[in-house]
Amino acid sequence: MVSQPEINELNSIASQVRRDIVRMVHAVQSGHPGGSLGCTDFFVALYFKILRLNPSFNMDGINEDIFFLSNGHISPVWYSVLARKGYFDVAELATFRKINSRLQGHPATEEGLPGIRVASGSLGQGLSVAVGAAQSKKLNHDEHLVFVLTGDGELQEGQAWEAIMYAAHHKVDNIIATVDYNGQQIDGAVDNVMSLKDLKAKWIAFGWEVIESNGNDLEDIINKLEHAKTLTGQGKPVVNLMRTEMGNGVDFMMGSHKWHGIAPNDEQLASALDQLEETLGDY
Amino acid sequence: MTKYTFTEKKDTRSGFGEGLLEVGKKNDKVVALCADLTGSLKMNAFQKEFPERFFQVGIAEANMMGLAAGMTIGGKIPFTGTFANFSTGRVYDQIRQSIAYSEKNVKICASHAGLTLGEDGATHQILEDMGMMKMLPNMTVINPCDFNQTKAATIAIAEHHGPVYLRFGRPSVPIFTPENEKFEIGKAIKFIEGSDVSIFATGHLLWHAIEAEAILREKGISAEIINIHTIKPLDVKAIIDSVGKTGCAVSAEEHQINGGLGDSIAQALCRNLPAPLEVIGVNDQFGESGKPMDLLDKYGLGTDNIVAAAEKVMSRKQLQKI
Repeated sequence: MVSQPEINELNSIASQVRRDIVRMVHAVQSGHPGGSLGCTDFFVALYFKILRLNPSFNMDGINEDIFFLSNGHISPVWYSVLARKGYFDVAELATFRKINSRLQGHPATEEGLPGIRVASGSLGQGLSVAVGAAQSKKLNHDEHLVFVLTGDGELQEGQAWEAIMYAAHHKVDNIIATVDYNGQQIDGAVDNVMSLKDLKAKWIAFGWEVIESNGNDLEDIINKLEHAKTLTGQGKPVVNLMRTEMGNGVDFMMGSHKWHGIAPNDEQLASALDQLEETLGDY
Repeated sequence: MTKYTFTEKKDTRSGFGEGLLEVGKKNDKVVALCADLTGSLKMNAFQKEFPERFFQVGIAEANMMGLAAGMTIGGKIPFTGTFANFSTGRVYDQIRQSIAYSEKNVKICASHAGLTLGEDGATHQILEDMGMMKMLPNMTVINPCDFNQTKAATIAIAEHHGPVYLRFGRPSVPIFTPENEKFEIGKAIKFIEGSDVSIFATGHLLWHAIEAEAILREKGISAEIINIHTIKPLDVKAIIDSVGKTGCAVSAEEHQINGGLGDSIAQALCRNLPAPLEVIGVNDQFGESGKPMDLLDKYGLGTDNIVAAAEKVMSRKQLQKI
C-alpha cells in the first residue's frame, strides 16, 4: 500500500511533468501531447515508485529494472520524467525536437541520451525488444524486471502479436507489459479504425497473466503494478491493461483523439498551465 | 603464381554453422535465434551444444529482429538465422529502427541468397538484399565466397562490435580458400595478380572469376582477381590500387546490378579514378526455378560472361586512350 503523503508527492511531480509536456510541445509547435498527458501518472509511478534503478545510466541495465517505450511518439512525458528523476538536466527539455538535440522527436540512442536503450516510434517493435531484454536478464541470472509500455492502437501491428505469442511460449515471466488503453488513435476511436474487440480475452488466450488498472489514478497504478510484480516468476508474462484518458489533466485536451499529435497555441498553453500547478519549477 | 583448385565442394551455409558453433564455444555471450529453419541454416550443432543459448522463434522474423536487439541489452551477441529474403526485405524496418539506428550488436546471418537458391524460384531468390543492407548507416555487409571464408567471417563478426549482415548460400560450391585463414572485415584479398583488367568478385562468383582468369590467360590477357568479401565498408584503396595498374574493371556478384557491389565500385572509381567498368549481375529482373548453375548462365552471371565482360571492358579502355 502506498501512503497518502506519498501519493500527494507523486501527484505534485505529475503536475510538473504535465506542465513540462505542454510547454515542450508548444515551444516547437510539434509533438504528441495527448498520449503523453494520459500516461503521465504511469510514468511518475514507474520512475518514482516502482522501478528499482541504479544511480547512473548504463546501457546494459545489469542489476536494475529496465523500461522500454514502444509507442515512442509520447516521448515528451518520458523525457520530462527522466529529467525530473535526474537522468539529465531539466534545462535540456528546452531542446526537445530542435536541431542538435539529444531529445529527438522519437526516442533514440544515437545521441546518447541517458535512459533510452532503443529507438522507438515505428510502431509494434517495442514488445519484441523488451522480451529479448528480459531473456537476456534470465541468461545473466539477473532477478530484476523488464517493463514496457505499448499503445492500444499499436496492437494493430502484427509484430506485437508475434512477441506476445513468443513470450508466453518461452515462459518469459520477468516482464510486465502495460497497454495504454485509451481507445484512441490518429484517425479516431480504436473501435472505429480497427477494433481490438475483447483485448483482455486475447491476451489471456495468448497465455499471459492479465491485470487491469486505472492509469489516471496514481494509487491504483502503484497498487496494481506492485501486484503485477508478485505475479512474475511464475511461468507467465504479465500484462497490465491500463485505462487512460488521452489529454488527462488539461480539460480541453481530454477524451479526444484530436490532441494526439498537435501543439497548443499561446492561448491554449496559458489555459493549460492555469490548470497545472508549478510544483518543482519550470525548466 | 598460386593456382587455385579444389578437391571438395561444400555449401557456404555449413561454413556458417561450423563458425557459429566455434564462436559459441569461445564466447558464452553468443546466442542464436532461428525462425523455423534450423536445419537449413545449419544451426543444429549450436542448438544441440548450447540449448540454453538457442532460441526458436517460429515463423516470425520481425519479432526475431526485435528480440535480438533486446538481447544485446545485457551484453549478449545475438546471431539471427533465416533465409536472406526473410532476413532483409521482410524485416527492413525492424532492422532499421531497432538494430541499425539503435546501434545494436546483432549479427544478421542470411542463407539461400541469390539465384543459386535454385528450384524454389524467385519468391525466395532475393537479389536486392545487399543493396538494402548497405544503405543502412552503421551496418557492415559481408558476402563470403566459400565454406572456409564463411566460417572465418562468422568467427570474425562475433569479435566485431556493431550490426553486421552476413550473406551466404545454399548450393555446394568449390572450397578453394585456405582453411583457418583469418578474416579481416573490410580488407579485400588479391587472389591472382594481373595487369590488363581487374576483376572484383564477391560470394559464389569469385570461383567463376578464377575460372575466367584461366580462360583469359589462354587468350593472352592478364586478369587480376580480387575478392571483395566485404561490401561495406568497401576497400576503396584496393580497388583504386588495382585499377590504377590495369585501367579497367569488371565486378561480379549474385545480386541485382542496381544497388549492388558494382554500384559501390562505380562510385569509388568515379570519385577517385574514372575508368571503364563492366558490371556482372542480374539486370533488373526476378529469377526463376532451375538448377543453380543453369540459372547463373541464363541470367548472365557465368564464367563465360565474366570473360566476355573482361574483353569488352578492355576494348573500352583502348577507346578511351584514343
